[in-house]
Amino acid sequence: MSDAHVVILGAGHAGGTAAALLRQYGHEGAITLIGDEPIPPYQRPPLSKAWLKGEADAGSLALKPLEFYAENNIDFRPDVVATAIDRAARTVALSSGDALNYDILILATGARAIALPIPGADLDGILFLRTAANAEALKAAVGPGKTLAVVGGGYIGLEVAASGRALGARVVVIEREARLLARVAAEPLSTFFKGYHEKHGVRFELGASVTGFAGQDGKVTGVTLADGRTIACDAAVVGVGAHPNDELAKAAGLETSRGVVVDLDARTSDPAIFAIGDVAYRPMPIYDRMFRMESVPNALEQAKQAACAIMGRPRPAGECPWQWSDQFDLKLQIAGYAFDADSVILRGDPATAKFAIFHLKGDQVQSVEAINSPPEFMMGKLLILNRKPVDKARLADPTISMKEVAA
Amino acid sequence: MAKVTYIQHDGTETVIDVKTGLTVMEGAVKNNIPGIDADCGGACACATCHVYVKDEWLAKTGTKSAMEESMLDFAEGVEPNSRLACQIKMSDALDGLVVNLPESQH
Repeated sequence: MSDAHVVILGAGHAGGTAAALLRQYGHEGAITLIGDEPIPPYQRPPLSKAWLKGEADAGSLALKPLEFYAENNIDFRPDVVATAIDRAARTVALSSGDALNYDILILATGARAIALPIPGADLDGILFLRTAANAEALKAAVGPGKTLAVVGGGYIGLEVAASGRALGARVVVIEREARLLARVAAEPLSTFFKGYHEKHGVRFELGASVTGFAGQDGKVTGVTLADGRTIACDAAVVGVGAHPNDELAKAAGLETSRGVVVDLDARTSDPAIFAIGDVAYRPMPIYDRMFRMESVPNALEQAKQAACAIMGRPRPAGECPWQWSDQFDLKLQIAGYAFDADSVILRGDPATAKFAIFHLKGDQVQSVEAINSPPEFMMGKLLILNRKPVDKARLADPTISMKEVAA
Repeated sequence: MAKVTYIQHDGTETVIDVKTGLTVMEGAVKNNIPGIDADCGGACACATCHVYVKDEWLAKTGTKSAMEESMLDFAEGVEPNSRLACQIKMSDALDGLVVNLPESQH
């Protein structure tokens, strides 16, 4: 299939990486990369961190320089979206009016930030953080003397809060649940992050339901809570999750669930169509279940799976999903997911800002959340991948090195 | 600009002009050189940009931070001249740098 025309819908981390890997693996056929943004694929994680704080510029965010695409005969088309897939004819209709024939189609359409369906949601100054353009708007809105309200105490919200403080803004984080990171992290980690952020001047409103946005002259002036209070702000960032962009796949009759359903090769229910990254609902053999992940490592892994399948290369070795977050001087590294975990082991002392929380099912590590603790993260990742049992008492004792714990 | 020679595990050599201020990792990734995965994009979070620095260049690449040191400690095939390429910033002093890439990144 090396002369096949591969069309990639979505020029994010997954789509851009798939295009580059296909060339790296020796694909000789045409590659068309369709992106709905004006710029070539870039890294999104720094948008809430280094880029927002002015420590990284647009050039350093780009996955590859613009020339790369022409030099590698990748037809990168910015500012275009696909509007329909005709599987029988193997064509894709584009918003530009063009139609493209494909031999192989890769859906890398990502996910979009969920908007709150509440009064005032369309006021100016209500921001999201998904794209570089979103980040530009946010950067313009934060600074000394400004108050930023962050709706949603998840990772995006906390990263924005930390960057907002670094830029001199007052920051208040509003979270519906009683604790931060309620859906994604263990309780000791929530408590730790709350304390650390408060020490750096972030204010929290927990267990607070947002009922609307107050505004004046079309611009947001506050966030209204269910208890009647209004939290005044100059801008509000909404970080309450994302929804997979799987409508195109659904309309084309591909199997979807919580995203586009794929197999271990990232192939959909149509053998000529792959789906990768945030939009894919994929099997994860180490947990014996399917799920959808929104992370860069996941985007890269699936780009690799699809490129290998297309090029007839062996499937990439089994992986342990992981992700990271930087807030202030904290590095959080997470390996695995705490599926079916029945015990939690704390290793180290949160008061020292250097500790790890292990989630176990029996004597097997399911996941680890490591704060400023690379050995716990790196070895935890291996233990999860190898399904190797551990001695819980030794794991809880930070005087025994991770190498000895895993020996 | 400063030249960096990337030598893949199979012996393939590629010489790249890397802009001063960019990292050795960025030089490889932006030019699609196989063998450096750099999953985290330079956040020192993943240890998938492991390289071996030719001995004569090692001192010039500077010292490892505690974070880099402990990430590297768990990478595969670590040698005394192992570095994470995302932590080596290019400067004129590094013009001519040679790095060898491991067989795979984990």
